[in-house]
Amino acid sequence: MLAGILFALGVIGLLVRRNLVFVLMSIEIMLNAAGLAFITAGARWGQADGQVMFIFILAMAASEVSVGLALVLQLYHLNQSLDADRASAMRG
Amino acid sequence: MNVIAFYIAAVIAIVTTVLVITRKNAVQALLYLAISLISVAIVFYDLGAPFIAALEVIVYAGSIIVLFIFVVMMLNLGKRATVAEGKLLKARMWIGPSILAAILLGEVGYLLAKANAQAPAAHVISPREVGMTLYGPYLLGVELSSILLMGALVGAYHLGWYKRPRLEIEDVTREHATGAHAGRDTVRAGSNRPAGAA
Repeated sequence: MLAGILFALGVIGLLVRRNLVFVLMSIEIMLNAAGLAFITAGARWGQADGQVMFIFILAMAASEVSVGLALVLQLYHLNQSLDADRASAMRG
Repeated sequence: MNVIAFYIAAVIAIVTTVLVITRKNAVQALLYLAISLISVAIVFYDLGAPFIAALEVIVYAGSIIVLFIFVVMMLNLGKRATVAEGKLLKARMWIGPSILAAILLGEVGYLLAKANAQAPAAHVISPREVGMTLYGPYLLGVELSSILLMGALVGAYHLGWYKRPRLEIEDVTREHATGAHAGRDTVRAGSNRPAGAA
């Protein structure tokens, strides 16, 4: 229930905001909600697998956010803006 | 499992997440995001996963938030940074996260005091159990995540490396403009040095 609410909030944030930093934060919220669902399931059945999955999600989130923030910096230096709409034109 | 503590932490998590996606200021949103992650960590502790709660605080609320804050600071360099600094010191900026963090701190103290008195009712999965499972059936996943982290390291390094080529191009054009001999014939491919300059 809580995981679903948090995931829905993350999706709303991803759709509503246009600032790239906020988009990355929303992705973090969604990953966290998915991890919460794993932990809850693991606690429900008393297995450690849910926590193992959360560790994988953690590693994935850390790598994703580092690469994502590097991309944000590159985009900011490219067109001096964090607006995702202004980055829609990709010319090689 | 303590039901009251769970619901308090859950309500704080939802409220702070709503505040994260509605803030205009990135630093304020990051403060609320940190509080949200810490409250989710308390939920984890309450669900019988103390190891994961510690990892959540260390990795999410620690390193990932610090990474975000570094990027936000790097993006507002210049004149606006001092204005933002003055804005940060106003009470309106930090009073909300402080109140929520104080509630969470009280909750942690309550849970710790209670944990000393009696064992929690829910089945607590110990770090040892998690480790045995992680390096047993999930060994392939560990290797894959190590590959992923390596790729992320190289990728972030490559993407964060934007200064050097631009500076080198400027250097070469300045040398060409003044007519001085460059003294080195290795020029990056794609730089705007004319072919007959050397």
